[in-house]
Amino acid sequence: MKVVIIDYGAGNIKSIQFAFQRLGINTELTSSKSTILKADKVIFPGVGEASSAMNMLQHSSLDRLIPNLQQPVLGICLGMQLLCKYTEEGSTHGLGIFDVKVKKFDTRVKVPQVGWNVIKDLKSDVFVGIPEKSYMYLVHSYYAEICDETISKTDYGLEYTSALQKKNFYGVQFHPEKSGDLGEQILKNFIEI
Amino acid sequence: MLTKRIIPCLDIKDGRTVKGINFVNLRDAGDPVELAKQYAKKGADELVFLDISATKEARKTTREMVLKVAEQVNIPFTVGGGISSVEDVYILLNNGADKISINSSAVKRPELINNLANKYGSQCVVVAIDAKKINSSWNVHLAGGSIPTKIDVFDWAKEVESRGAGEILFTSMNHDGTKNGFANDVLAKLSSELNIPVIASGGAGKQQHFIDVFKQGKADAALAASVFHFGEINIVDLKKTLKQQQIEVRL
Repeated sequence: MKVVIIDYGAGNIKSIQFAFQRLGINTELTSSKSTILKADKVIFPGVGEASSAMNMLQHSSLDRLIPNLQQPVLGICLGMQLLCKYTEEGSTHGLGIFDVKVKKFDTRVKVPQVGWNVIKDLKSDVFVGIPEKSYMYLVHSYYAEICDETISKTDYGLEYTSALQKKNFYGVQFHPEKSGDLGEQILKNFIEI
Repeated sequence: MLTKRIIPCLDIKDGRTVKGINFVNLRDAGDPVELAKQYAKKGADELVFLDISATKEARKTTREMVLKVAEQVNIPFTVGGGISSVEDVYILLNNGADKISINSSAVKRPELINNLANKYGSQCVVVAIDAKKINSSWNVHLAGGSIPTKIDVFDWAKEVESRGAGEILFTSMNHDGTKNGFANDVLAKLSSELNIPVIASGGAGKQQHFIDVFKQGKADAALAASVFHFGEINIVDLKKTLKQQQIEVRL
């Protein structure tokens, strides 16, 4: 099993590597296209600002590689948002895997949302063994709307998408690598797909 | 619903936890990694490590400690103390810290907040504010609360938010160490005037204080040290009490 984490300069990748390490799974941090293409599973991480992250992807032409991947791909946090069609953050066009817009939370709630919130209406093989309304750790100012590809919902001022799936592409808004044992279970499920 | 967070704070010196820690079944109470793992198991939502080392050498030890914590702990953690540059933050984040907390350096050089938020995102920038009530006004204090300034807390908090901080960690020097409860009035005012989360610190002594800081103080999270370290308050029990009071928590 070869698991790669795409390295395009976007944020804290160590935590994700360590989470897999705790599961006994070795990961390789790489920006090499051939290594990514050959991997069994691909993790697409990201924290920070959307337009600069997208620029970095374009700079390394990973924006053309990622949408064509055939193996299971998991976008985490900003990684998930960049798999969407468009995000209001920096008016950024994403990779367009998920046909959904990412919007900013309005000021009725505190922004960013920071902390543990529940995920519900779970559907997908990545949630095997995860009880409805489990708590996951989230830190974000922008959210994906509800759409056909929604596989988990969360409430924060409104109901939004906390996970997405389309074919081999998965995206989670929360941080499974920081969400205790249940978060680690989700990573394990993804590896076992 | 988003839950209220309970955050134990660990003081670190030369890569080891200081202050008495009285945990059962702990092989080494001075080992931050061991302690952090225990807290993650015992219901803590996040952890804060505050480096109180005096020297640069000692801070290097803390960086190594951060790497070990990140390796073994599956909840988020913040590192603060002695951070004064983008370079310092880069090393800590690269070693696996989820957030960093800056205090005096932000007051001395407010643009550091902008630089960090632009480079790493607001989500990892916590600005700690130590304040003391002098007559009727709340003033920002530096260097662990020892140096007073003329800066008004509310003005500073708003500036910090506009410069891109993701959270504020507010400590009342009047309440810290008293175990008489949090500074709920000033916290409630901060929380209503800001649109970023406020972490309350200083004054935790019993479970009721946490109920009060969430209900009256409108805090988004509460931080404490000794009540948790000495086992005076068990986090799971505390959360059960909070839940009975209709305060949303992760149990």
